[in-house]
Amino acid sequence: MDIFNIVIAGVGGQGVLLASKVLAESALASGMDVKQNEVHGMAQRGGSVISFVRIGKEVFSPVVIPGTADILISFEPLEALRYVHYLKPGGMLVYNKVTINPSTVASGLATYPADVEDQIAKACPDAHGIDALSIARAAGNDKAVNMVMVGAVMKKLPINAGVVEGVVRSVSKEKGIDVNLKALNGGAAA
Amino acid sequence: MKKIISGNEAIALSFGDSGGVFASGYPGTPSTETLEEVARLGEVYCEWAPNEKVGLESAIGASIAGGRALATMKHVGVNVAADALLTLNYTGVNAGLILMVADDPGMHSSQNEQDSRNYAKFAKIPMLDPANSQEAYDFVRDGFEISEQFDTPVMLRTTTRISHAKGVVEQKEKIEPKIGPWVKDVPKYVMLPNYGKIKHVEVEARLLKLQEFAETTPLNRVEMGERSLGIITSGVAYQHVREAYPNASVLKLGLVHPLPERKIREFASLVGRLMIVEELDAIFEEQIRAMGIRVDIGKDKIPLCGEVNADIIRVAAGDAIALGSAPIAALPQRPPIFCPGCAHRGLFSILSKLKVFVSGDIGCYTLGALPPMSAMHSTICMGASISAAHGMAKVNEIAGRSEKPVAVIGDSTFFHSGMTGLLSMAYNNGNALVIIMDNRTTGMTGGQENPGSGRVLQGQPARQVDIVALVKVLGIENVVELNAYNLAETEAAIKKGLETPGPYVLVDKNPCILRYRIKQPVIAVDPEKCTGCRACLKAACVALGLGAAAAGERAKVQVDPNICNGCGVCVQLCKFDAMSEAKGRG
Repeated sequence: MDIFNIVIAGVGGQGVLLASKVLAESALASGMDVKQNEVHGMAQRGGSVISFVRIGKEVFSPVVIPGTADILISFEPLEALRYVHYLKPGGMLVYNKVTINPSTVASGLATYPADVEDQIAKACPDAHGIDALSIARAAGNDKAVNMVMVGAVMKKLPINAGVVEGVVRSVSKEKGIDVNLKALNGGAAA
Repeated sequence: MKKIISGNEAIALSFGDSGGVFASGYPGTPSTETLEEVARLGEVYCEWAPNEKVGLESAIGASIAGGRALATMKHVGVNVAADALLTLNYTGVNAGLILMVADDPGMHSSQNEQDSRNYAKFAKIPMLDPANSQEAYDFVRDGFEISEQFDTPVMLRTTTRISHAKGVVEQKEKIEPKIGPWVKDVPKYVMLPNYGKIKHVEVEARLLKLQEFAETTPLNRVEMGERSLGIITSGVAYQHVREAYPNASVLKLGLVHPLPERKIREFASLVGRLMIVEELDAIFEEQIRAMGIRVDIGKDKIPLCGEVNADIIRVAAGDAIALGSAPIAALPQRPPIFCPGCAHRGLFSILSKLKVFVSGDIGCYTLGALPPMSAMHSTICMGASISAAHGMAKVNEIAGRSEKPVAVIGDSTFFHSGMTGLLSMAYNNGNALVIIMDNRTTGMTGGQENPGSGRVLQGQPARQVDIVALVKVLGIENVVELNAYNLAETEAAIKKGLETPGPYVLVDKNPCILRYRIKQPVIAVDPEKCTGCRACLKAACVALGLGAAAAGERAKVQVDPNICNGCGVCVQLCKFDAMSEAKGRG
């Protein structure tokens, strides 16, 4: 069974769903079967968000089981830690190092783990942190963090980078194409 | 052309491609995007109803008038629409009618985990259970054909992992809508007892015919593989079965009610161990056991609660231990919370401070139940805030307790089924404070139009109901407008409402900042004045956080300017004038 499992995690409002869409559309454009799934609803209100993209010759379940993901892309360090158990042994983690306080921390009920990056490194030997916000800002829009994150894993996917670029063009609004492509390539170079 | 779309999008697309004429429903996760997509595609008339019962009844009318009709709702919505459904099954249809219901195993965004397959059994009508986006597309067309062939409503059931999962779909040739005649037929559509008695006999006869249909339809298919293990399954559970056992023999049910008894019996005779994999209730298993067929693995091994996955199936079959690894323990939770700038934050800051009993409802404001607000003490179903508060007040009166309950409800939920509760409170001489948070949208499901928003689903301007006038006409004398961003004013208004005997209604009209994209100047903290007392953190706003503490000092509050929406609630909670006032809002 040659299924490539991608898990994308983040915080509601960060653009996890668009990143998932780009990956799924890229797989389809590459002639592969694909299933993509995330949970909407309550997650929109700043909650934790998790999305799955499964790529292969024939994909059955839309759900990635913990312990089987090839790549985990996390838009936030604490969320990387929350979902790192989805990775299979030897799986790769790419995460955005910019933290966002959960409401439990913002209201003083909990403390953000100061050693979050150390904990990530301990949990996953193949973890790579990038400052996706700075790269997005340099590309021209703070909100392009999602494209930076896609770019950061682009070369690790069973998909041609050119196909991903084409999909980013097609899903972007006219005026956002340049920014999104810059963000994508900025992520790829990080 | 192949496209990758969700189950909801596939249903909407197929509705337009399968001669659909009229669609109605009420938003509810995970069903909401279906009607939104019908509207976006723009080919078929569609509308939001104030609740699911009205949506289904309007679809019934559309069917009687000769147009293929679709009603959409989440699982609990069928409870509201059940009154219509349980007689619609008697009348049958003119043009085809599909009730799409989206279940939520795992309760990703629901108050319960009910299994809608029970309704098909209860109503004695056919139900289709697609296993991916392509089947969601195909089953709409099949559903209309079954509906018209057997003169019955058809339920199309999805689950979250079908509604929201995207898969590859190939579109079929479009069927142009044909609107049939609008015919008066009293014995068919007037369910007086004498006609109903005749219809009940027909319903039972129809069910037998549908059973025969189930035996031969390609909707139910046998995939013979290795014969040591045979699995009967449907919906997304089929995908998990295939994931776990690509080579097992499978009887995949597309039509999940009524069941094909002969087909099941034959399948069972061909395989070694018989396993039934179904999410939630033991609907197949109970019926199959009642047929006298031996079931080797079923709900004794597969949980009744939550979602199924390939690991659960492998473990149930006794073949393997789960591949899964455990999450890291003790991380700070990241629950959903009011958006920065939301008016609910002001209201719940005060309700939390006053420590009143809050009878809650379904919407974004239900998040007021979570810490640190912890200011909602019951949430049952749509509209129950007001009627439950009424019952509490009556018992308080009988018990001689003076405390007055507070009901909190949003605009869309009030239109859905809060109005009748308020009418009862006025009529039955009740004694509760009702706060209607009118943010001009159905917020929790992503911001849909409603009778108070001024627009219809397809975007045209619409008559906008005046909530204050509506409340008055229901018989409430004390109706006062509220601005929940102003904490002092809100506290005074709530206290007055609690002190005044009888029903008292407060209406906040601040619009949803997310839906209407409202952005105010951000707040700044003066580190010289901030004492680190954390009073502002009670606002539970993700824009706030504590900085690093200097030696011997308490950590001071910081505001993240990328997240802050400048609502000013934290400014009013600060006792040391350390936060700068937001401008532009009273």
